[in-house]
Amino acid sequence: MSDAKFEYLLRLGDSALILGQRLGEWIGHGPVLEEDIAQANVALDLIGQARMWLAYAGELEGKGRDEDKLAFLRDTGEFRNALLVEQPNGNYADTLARQFLFDAWHHALLEGLAGSNDARIAEIAAKALKEVGYHLERSSDWVIRLGDGTDESRTRMQAAIDALWTYTGELFEPDAVDAELVEQGIAVDPASLREGWLKLVGAVLAEATLTMPSPEAWMLQGSKQGRHTEHLGYILAEMQFLPRAYPGAPW
Amino acid sequence: MNAAAMTRPELEQIRAWLEDVPDPEIPVLSVLDLGIVRELRWDADTLVVTVTPTYSGCPATEVIGRDIEQALAAHGIAPVRVETRLAPAWTTDWLTEAGRDKLRAYGIAPPVNPGEGMAAEVVIPLSAIGRRRALPEAGVECPHCGSRNTRQTSRFGSTPCKALWRCDDCLEPFDHFKRH
Repeated sequence: MSDAKFEYLLRLGDSALILGQRLGEWIGHGPVLEEDIAQANVALDLIGQARMWLAYAGELEGKGRDEDKLAFLRDTGEFRNALLVEQPNGNYADTLARQFLFDAWHHALLEGLAGSNDARIAEIAAKALKEVGYHLERSSDWVIRLGDGTDESRTRMQAAIDALWTYTGELFEPDAVDAELVEQGIAVDPASLREGWLKLVGAVLAEATLTMPSPEAWMLQGSKQGRHTEHLGYILAEMQFLPRAYPGAPW
Repeated sequence: MNAAAMTRPELEQIRAWLEDVPDPEIPVLSVLDLGIVRELRWDADTLVVTVTPTYSGCPATEVIGRDIEQALAAHGIAPVRVETRLAPAWTTDWLTEAGRDKLRAYGIAPPVNPGEGMAAEVVIPLSAIGRRRALPEAGVECPHCGSRNTRQTSRFGSTPCKALWRCDDCLEPFDHFKRH
């Protein structure tokens, strides 16, 4: 009965977890100290959120998998994070473009989930929403600053948006899991978020003097079925190395 | 354990003891000042302390749970169970007045409440997103010299709850505890 909910919680938890892990790669490599710290702080929020989603998923599943087991002992095909968040950090424009496209979607999704019939989903979403609002403010600021910046920063930000665009389509594609949970008032229909997302993204890109790629462009998809880009395996290899090499190692 | 039950301290007394449990990141604040201790109650012989986390990933949360248990054990209260409650989500509006004063004295500008002359510090001003968004009429009050001629230099500081600001009068940088 709760299979769909378990699946849905993995999607929420894995997207937060993998983006948190990606941002963690910036630690010690940020362009300035303040940005290094900012990446770490956003990562911390996301990993905290991932922990809450995955802990709930593990409880529902009832097979003794806690959030750590779910994070560290699944392989790529079992991960349900959006393709967008596993894309490499690239240059700073790539990282911030990825963050902005994700934040704009994440914020709208959490707003909807804060009204979920499932009390636990609603309270995690309400808590996360406050943090993600701040992330969205920051990432949209950066898209505008780099887009409406120098020729070099503008070129890079435009290239980043163009390259990541193909991974945004699946964020709005419903499947059977979504349909079942929307029916029960638990989940948000992803398709319902698309119009607001396009509007917000369009407004920020316009302010940034950037060109929005076509919303009708061909889009990659597959993460809801565990089909990922080649990057995810490398992230997991690094993230999961320690608990796999030293099973049961406590902190 | 009937004897223990008879000498059980009042919850108000226990609450007062928690005044001595500091936040591990900002030790001038107690867990009570932070407003994260939401409830104290007895479950048979176990004292249940309900705590609301500040930020989802704040590493201080787990330390705080352990510190509460240890502090209460020192007063002979055991067993203690620390429970986490997510809703309603923690807000800096729960920071006590005493906590705000302590922050200021420590060199951290406390969060600004609505109606305190800095209306722009709302949590999610999505409508205001854009490079030309209105700047706040007055900045956060500098904890060193009291000036409001201040500006944000970084959205994040040394912990998730803080941002970096700088005073354009006394020229000192300072931490600001963000409204959340």
